Amino acid sequence: MADREIDEATGVETMGHEWDGIKELNNPLPRWWLWTFYATILFSIAYMIYYPAIPLLEASTPGISGQTNRTALKAEIAEADAAKAGLVKRIAESNLETIRSTDELARFAVAGGASAYKVYCSQCHGSGAQGGPGYPNLNDDDWIWGGDLEAIYTSIKHGIRNGEDDDARDSLMPAFGSDEVLELDEIRQVVQYVLQVSGQEHDAERAALGAEIFGDNCAACHGDNAAGDQDIGAPNLADAISLYGNSAERLEAQIYNPQHGVMPAWQTRLSDETIKQLAVFVHSRGGGE
Amino acid sequence: MRNISEVMLVGLAAFFALLASAFAVDSLFQTHMAILCFILAGSTIILLRRVEFASPDGSFPEPDTSGYMDEVIRYGAIATLFWGIVGFLVGVVIAAQLAWPELNLEPYLNFGRLRPLHTSAVIFAFGGNALLCTSFYVAQRTCRARLFGGDLAWFVFWGYQLFIVMAATGYLLGITQSKEYAEPEWYVDLWLTVVWVAYLIVFMGTIVRRKEPHIYVANWFYLSFIITVAMLHVVNNAAVPVSFLGTKSYVAFAGVQDALTQWWYGHNAVGFFLTAGFLGMMYYFVPKQAGRPVYSYRLSIIHFWALIFLYIWAGPHHLHYTALPDWAQTLGMVFSIMLWMPSWGGMINGLMTLQGAWDKLRTDPILRMFVISLAFYGMSTFEGPMMSIKSVNSLSHYTDWTIGHVHSGALGWNGMIVFASLYYLVPKLWNKQSLYSLKLVNWHLWLATLGIVIYAAVMWVAGITQGLMWREYDDQGFLVNSFIETVSAIHPEYVMRTFGGLLYLSGALIMAYNIWRTIRGDVPETVQQDQPSAVPAE
Repeated sequence: MADREIDEATGVETMGHEWDGIKELNNPLPRWWLWTFYATILFSIAYMIYYPAIPLLEASTPGISGQTNRTALKAEIAEADAAKAGLVKRIAESNLETIRSTDELARFAVAGGASAYKVYCSQCHGSGAQGGPGYPNLNDDDWIWGGDLEAIYTSIKHGIRNGEDDDARDSLMPAFGSDEVLELDEIRQVVQYVLQVSGQEHDAERAALGAEIFGDNCAACHGDNAAGDQDIGAPNLADAISLYGNSAERLEAQIYNPQHGVMPAWQTRLSDETIKQLAVFVHSRGGGE
Repeated sequence: MRNISEVMLVGLAAFFALLASAFAVDSLFQTHMAILCFILAGSTIILLRRVEFASPDGSFPEPDTSGYMDEVIRYGAIATLFWGIVGFLVGVVIAAQLAWPELNLEPYLNFGRLRPLHTSAVIFAFGGNALLCTSFYVAQRTCRARLFGGDLAWFVFWGYQLFIVMAATGYLLGITQSKEYAEPEWYVDLWLTVVWVAYLIVFMGTIVRRKEPHIYVANWFYLSFIITVAMLHVVNNAAVPVSFLGTKSYVAFAGVQDALTQWWYGHNAVGFFLTAGFLGMMYYFVPKQAGRPVYSYRLSIIHFWALIFLYIWAGPHHLHYTALPDWAQTLGMVFSIMLWMPSWGGMINGLMTLQGAWDKLRTDPILRMFVISLAFYGMSTFEGPMMSIKSVNSLSHYTDWTIGHVHSGALGWNGMIVFASLYYLVPKLWNKQSLYSLKLVNWHLWLATLGIVIYAAVMWVAGITQGLMWREYDDQGFLVNSFIETVSAIHPEYVMRTFGGLLYLSGALIMAYNIWRTIRGDVPETVQQDQPSAVPAE
């Protein structure tokens, strides 16, 4: 083109066009830019030969590696499983007490139990196993269904009141208020008694009346001294720990129309080795009997 | 009478919105249509007041249509700034909500509803208005032609604002089709389609009646953005409404096909909305501000075609290690890697355009802003291909690294180039000698840059921390962390991210003040007779 001029600052020829005062220089493509572009194209072609890449009628080209996401994942899991296989086998063959008392097995079980706990249990029992209203604290020694290894193992394996496992733990406290077994005032007297035996502030006069009602209606399950019975899942009322709260208000609500918690039967989802590890882990939290 | 058909159309539309509200099958549609009716009725009244009557001799005073159509661009510039500040503010709020969950105000102002408000406000309202007004400005000047279609450009502008308001109020009400960056429901999508076709007609028509022999490179980019976004929008939003009087619709695709369509859309919203369109902006405003020719015509051709050919295939990299077939993941990755140099072509052409004018960086904070914008563009278009590599993605995906990446692109590249372009545009649009204060531009520049650097850096740390914690094994071969532990670990970064966003927002507020003073015609505090006032780089 005739009207191409030379740009003064750089000495490069312009393209001879101008838009609203903007011109363009006739610089070549930067070499490094072009070669890097070619290199990414070559890399891409190589990558496409190595991995599945081109869709065909039935399936895609498999790639000379023969590797897919799924085979890669399978291989990684198999490798991780193989590394643990020896100890997992010994866990399967050993009873809970042996696992707990053998250093190597206990270390493995606590680590594996902690890992499984974070995935399956922490949602209800808390990431520190501290529990919450309606979900028992697993760090203390106040056990509803027993705190030895076997009892913990059974609770995890079969769960509680879940309707999916025939061996699930089951207990049902009557609704003393809404089923009209007791008058509201009687319930409140029982509450005063429970406050008394759990060492809290109470009205001694009404607690004495409550003790009598307790003996007639509650002691069959919770025991004469309100210490509970782990065989039938009746909580100990003589301590300051209550699943649904130990204020007068909460106790009254729980007697009037009790809540009943549910725990899944983990044997439907987890291997027996994992449940054993979970039992040992929970037992190791400090409250194990 | 002039304007009377517009009054009747908008009034009729308000009436139909009222009917739609009255006969709505769900309460959300009822509320949303009532809002629409309210807006349209208000617009009718405003339009009525602007009806012009013929003078006694039966003639109208003819408006001057000989020059460029700049009034709509002035509106666009203000809208860009307004929506930008709204978008940044909501961004700071949701960043704070992530750091302090108590700030979630149910139900209208919880994170789930504010997050799409933030993303749509910054991408479509702030970025979209910037693209609209700069493309109108650039097309007219580089074609030497007035905008095609008469008042159609006004329809595009106000129609687009209506889309934004309907989308935003919908989010707050809880109306969503749950597609990222495409949350509005079917009726809002249909409206945007109408507006977008009008936009295409205005832009294409202007190019067709150009008085220059060639189409300038900026217009290639703008045109590719307008056409591709139309295609992406229509395909990804294909849906069947349950009722024409209700909000709910079902998308045309299911399962992994839906996911792939969504990320084909989502990635190319980045590629064509936030990259191609903004490169159009870059190709006009950088040479203008630098007063230099574009570095390489050849590079602009090669990188333009390479960019638009390669970008459209890169979407599957958002779906690595999912149900998407391996071959599609492979293609998504390699097309992203090949995209690296075509993306950098724009950065090279922008930065090298300063050849022979580098000294201006010492005195011109607006040019400095362009350079920082291009630097962030270069950084995030390197980071993107890197993150698309599957083994990198297996660490970065689902973590805040992705958020950091997006923001170094959005705050650094898109935000900065819009700010700089507006600083260039405003004095010209309002016929002022210069900006009110270059010193305030410099303050804006450094506050924003510091904000971005903090934001991106802490999100890298947060993302890599969380990614590594997710895959951490103990010596016995068991995973170590629960999800919530990995979230608590990055709380400090969440707090610092909020601070970074606050810096960015405060920069934008300074800009708003500066622009307001400029438009008002306040005299720069240090005008020197012959040269622009110099501001040192420190």
